[in-house]
Parts: sequence; C-alpha cells; structure tokens
Amino acid sequence: MSRILDHPVFGKIHERELVSFQFDEKTYQAYKDETIAAALLANGVRKLRVHEESGTPRGIYCNIGHCMECRVTVNGQANTRACLTVVEQGMIVESGKQLPNIIKRMVEQR
Amino acid sequence: MRDVIVIGAGPAGLAGAISCAANGLLVTVLDEFMKPGGRLLGQLHQEPSGEWWNGIKEAERLHQEANKLAVDIRCGISVYNLEQEGHHWHVHTNTGRLTARFVLVATGAAEYPIPVPGWTLPGVMSIGAAQVMTNVHRVQVGKKGIIIGANILAFAILNELQLAGINIDRIVLPEKTPISGKAAEPEEIMKSLLQAAHLAPSPLLRFGGRFMKHDWIRKLGLTFFPKNGVKVNGTPLQLRKAAVEIIGKDQVEGVRVADTDVNGMIIPGSETIYEADFVCIAGGLYPLAELAAVAGCPFQYVPELGGHVPCHSEIMETPLEGLFVAGNITGIESGKIAMAQGNVAGLSIAKQAGKGTGTIDQQLQQAVQNIRNVRQNAAIQFNPEIDKGRKKMKELWKEHYAKGDEKFHKIG
Ligand SMILES: Cc1cc2nc3c(=O)[nH]c(=O)nc-3n(C[C@H](O)[C@H](O)[C@H](O)COP(=O)(O)OP(=O)(O)OC[C@H]3O[C@@H](n4cnc5c(N)ncnc54)[C@H](O)[C@@H]3O)c2cc1C
Ligand code: FES
Repeated sequence: MSRILDHPVFGKIHERELVSFQFDEKTYQAYKDETIAAALLANGVRKLRVHEESGTPRGIYCNIGHCMECRVTVNGQANTRACLTVVEQGMIVESGKQLPNIIKRMVEQR
Repeated sequence: MRDVIVIGAGPAGLAGAISCAANGLLVTVLDEFMKPGGRLLGQLHQEPSGEWWNGIKEAERLHQEANKLAVDIRCGISVYNLEQEGHHWHVHTNTGRLTARFVLVATGAAEYPIPVPGWTLPGVMSIGAAQVMTNVHRVQVGKKGIIIGANILAFAILNELQLAGINIDRIVLPEKTPISGKAAEPEEIMKSLLQAAHLAPSPLLRFGGRFMKHDWIRKLGLTFFPKNGVKVNGTPLQLRKAAVEIIGKDQVEGVRVADTDVNGMIIPGSETIYEADFVCIAGGLYPLAELAAVAGCPFQYVPELGGHVPCHSEIMETPLEGLFVAGNITGIESGKIAMAQGNVAGLSIAKQAGKGTGTIDQQLQQAVQNIRNVRQNAAIQFNPEIDKGRKKMKELWKEHYAKGDEKFHKIG
C-alpha cells in the first residue's frame, strides 16, 4: 500500500526522519513517529499474526487500541498492540504464531 | 503533588485539563495513543457554513493551550485500574501507579463490531480504523473498498476516504442475524437517515425526509428503492443488498453480496461477488466506560446515549467522591460537545477543590448552558434522540444522587 503524499485539505505529508526495523526477520523502513501497524501497511504488509488456535491470518481491526487483534511481539515483549506502539530504530517485531493447545487435544482424545 | 489525573487526551480530557489548570490545579493527562487529541485527530468534515472542521488543527490548539498552562501530558500510557483509598484515587498504568484526589475519566467511545463471516481476514477493519489510517497516519488502507453498515459515521468517513483518493465501491448492509440487529434492517436505516434528513448525505433522502414520516410511505420508498442504490457522493448506498461473506485467502479479495427484500431478508439465488481489497465495518459507537466500571461507579442503560453509561450529573460528577466523567463516555456525540463537557467537568473539579474565583458557580452554569447551545447547532448528531437520553440521565441523578443543597440541579 502506499502513502497519501498530498491531500486537498491537509496538504503535503511532512518529511520525517526514517528508521529501519525488523518484522519476522525482514527489514522495513518507517517514519520515526509512526506506529508499527501504519509502517507495515505502508510496506504492503496486512497480516500481523495468525490465530493462536486455528492458524488463520489476522491484521488490524480497530487501529486505536481497543480490540487486541493487532498483537505482536516487540523486542521480546509479547501481546503488544501494533496500532499503538511507535516504531523505533532497530526494533525487532515478530508476528503472533500458532500455539499448541494441549488441553483441547487432551479433551478431544477422551 | 498533583491534584487531578485526567484519563484520555481527547477533546473532553484536554478541555477538562485546561479548565482545571486555568483555576490553579496541577494536572496530569494520560493517554495510550501516541499523541494527544483522541478521536478528534481523524475528523474532517465540512460544516454547513462551508468551513472545514479539521480535527488535527483542533487537537493542536487544545494541546498548545494545555502546554501553556503547564499541564503534564503523557502519551503511550495505558490505564487499566482505578482504586479509591480514603480521599484519593490510585490510577494504575502499564508504567506504574499515580495518585490524586480527583480523577476525570474521558476515555471516549469504541465501535460496535458486526461479525460478518470472514471478518477476521486481514484487510477487514472498523470504519474508524480506516479514518485513523487515512487522516492520522496518511497510509492508504487499500485501492478499492466496500463499507458494510450505513450510519452517519460511515458517511462522514466515506467522504474522508474519497478526499484522500481512495475508492469506495459501494455501501451495503450486513446480513440479518441476531447480532447485526437494527444495522441490517433497511427500514431502520432509512428511518435514521430520514430523522437526520437535514444532514442526509443524498438529495433524494433530504427530499424524502419531508414525505416519509409515515411508516407505510417509508415501506413504499423501500419497495421502490433503486436496486443499484442511491448515490452518496458518487458511491452507491445499497439498502437492499446485504453482505453474506467476506472472502479471500490470506487477505480480503471481495465480498459476497445478496439482494434483500424490504425487511432485509435474503432473496435466494441473488448472490454476486464484488471485488475489493479492503472492507470497513460500520457498526456505530458505544461509550468506552470500563474504567468507570472497575472504579465501582453505578451504571444505567440509556440506548439514546449509545448504551451503558456511568451515572453522572449535569456538572459531570459521578456518585463516587472525586470521580468525574466527560465526553463520549457519558453518551455518543460529536467532538465539540465533548469539549464543552470537558470544560464543565474541569470547572466542577475546581469548585470542589475550593479553587476558582467567586464567580465559579456562575461560570459553571454558563458552561452547562454552553453544552446545550453547542448541541443545538451540531453539524453531526449520532442519535437524533440525544436530548431524550440526556434528560433520562438528569432525572435519574435527581432521583437517586442529588444532594438537597446543590442548586445546580435546578438549572434549565
Ligand atoms: C473511531 C471513531 C471515529 C469517530 N469519528 C468521528 C467523526 O468523524 N466526527 C465526530 O464528530 N465524531 C467522531 N467520533 C466520536 C468521538 O467520540 C467524538 O467526536 C469525540 O472525539 C469524543 O471525545 P472524547 O474526549 O470523549 O473521547 P476521545 O476523543 O475518544 O478520546 C479518548 C482518549 O482516551 C484514550 N483512552 C481510552 N482508554 C484509555 C485507557 N484505558 N488508558 C489510556 N488512555 C485511554 C484514547 O486513547 C483516546 O485518545 C468518532 C469516534 C470513534 C471511536
Ligand atoms: S487494531 Fe485493535 S487494538 Fe490494535
């Protein structure tokens, strides 16, 4: 996806410092003061994680911190909201992964 | 030591902080978003006068005013609990605990979700998410989108997306299910659009507003509602089409849509797939009031205000000592009203803290009257029965919580 560089009311986007960060081991560029969710979408990445149980893909839903759909791991801290967290130089972001559901498997085998 | 903690740096919280600080109180404002302004930040609409309501500018103005009064604003901090101890409140955040005698909860609103099959696919988002991505972050949410759900916020944001050069293919309703409720009833949608006829987004609806007051005429209007919809700013609004499923493998690829009858029931065999790379769900707004609930504040269900709201007086006190509320947490309205309410809450706190000059009572009365004036002239009204909702809360307060010596309850 691309950035909205010019706007009939807001005018031109102001140039800001660029930083680079990693998402699932790939390096991306972002503006210094933008959220992980915005930076990834600007780089064409919609999928932020998979559902812990089913493995189906997920991205942002509310974009303002209410729904927790955008949870990723940031510098080792799990369950961080990508829509509220501002990117920093060298930040390591990882998508949420599918997890084994041991108890459910046990129940299914009974 | 600080006197007041404001939770939420939206128009209500910032205006509250400003009027507290202007009366000599020490104020800290906390907000989990990266910058102050709350939902003002995404707002952009044209007033009936032709002037633009540019929320980013409004937020900057409030921020500067607060800075001048040395208000301590801290962003990127989430509050998750409120605890009362003696005459103080402890505010628990992800970075530690803060304490003050007064707390103003101004956490705003959240969007009702409408779970349409396929809605968890990346590329499906709430309509507000698209607003923030477009106007705050300036990143395109996609090339071609479909909006599911027709309400005033959807129309406002449709316009904003178009201004940013993003194509919205059509607006359809959600499929009728026990969860989608009124959002899937063509007649209910028509009714709410007509009640706000003077603000209606299309000339046909503005025109119709004068005639369609009777139920049977409205039904007739829906029977003859053009199959391809009426154009809203160039985008078809299709009240007789419902989204059955959002499809795609790893992200949104399209929406399966069916024709419906006047009651919103699907006409079998009428399904079509429309391509899109993003979908916005517009389910309407409700007060985001969890923090008032964990604080132990009593609540009341008032549908005209958007759902469950903390009990509060006209001067924004709650039944709990030192706890105040303002803005959309008290009922869904536009940003200007949130600001006017914040001002009232700030004056109210100043009064209780024994601050303010001898005219504080008068200022407070004027500020309460100002809310009504702003409401009367509002360019956007989310619920046409808002006055009824406000009145219900006022009466509830009078009946259960008002103290005899408070002359404010006699106003108006
Ligand atoms: C998505 C969305 C779009 C909207 N668009 C429009 C529009 O276009 N036009 C219009 O007139 N109205 C719009 N509204 C209505 C809007 O609520 C009001 O216009 C106005 O912004 C309400 O002001 P407020 O101060 O009460 O709350 P808000 O402006 O919502 O501010 C509340 C602030 O509290 C913060 N917050 C919430 N919970 C916590 C917590 N636990 N910890 C820390 N901080 C917290 C939030 O981050 C937010 O910044 C919209 C509302 C939403 C939810
Ligand atoms: S997208 Fe909802 S919390 Fe981030």
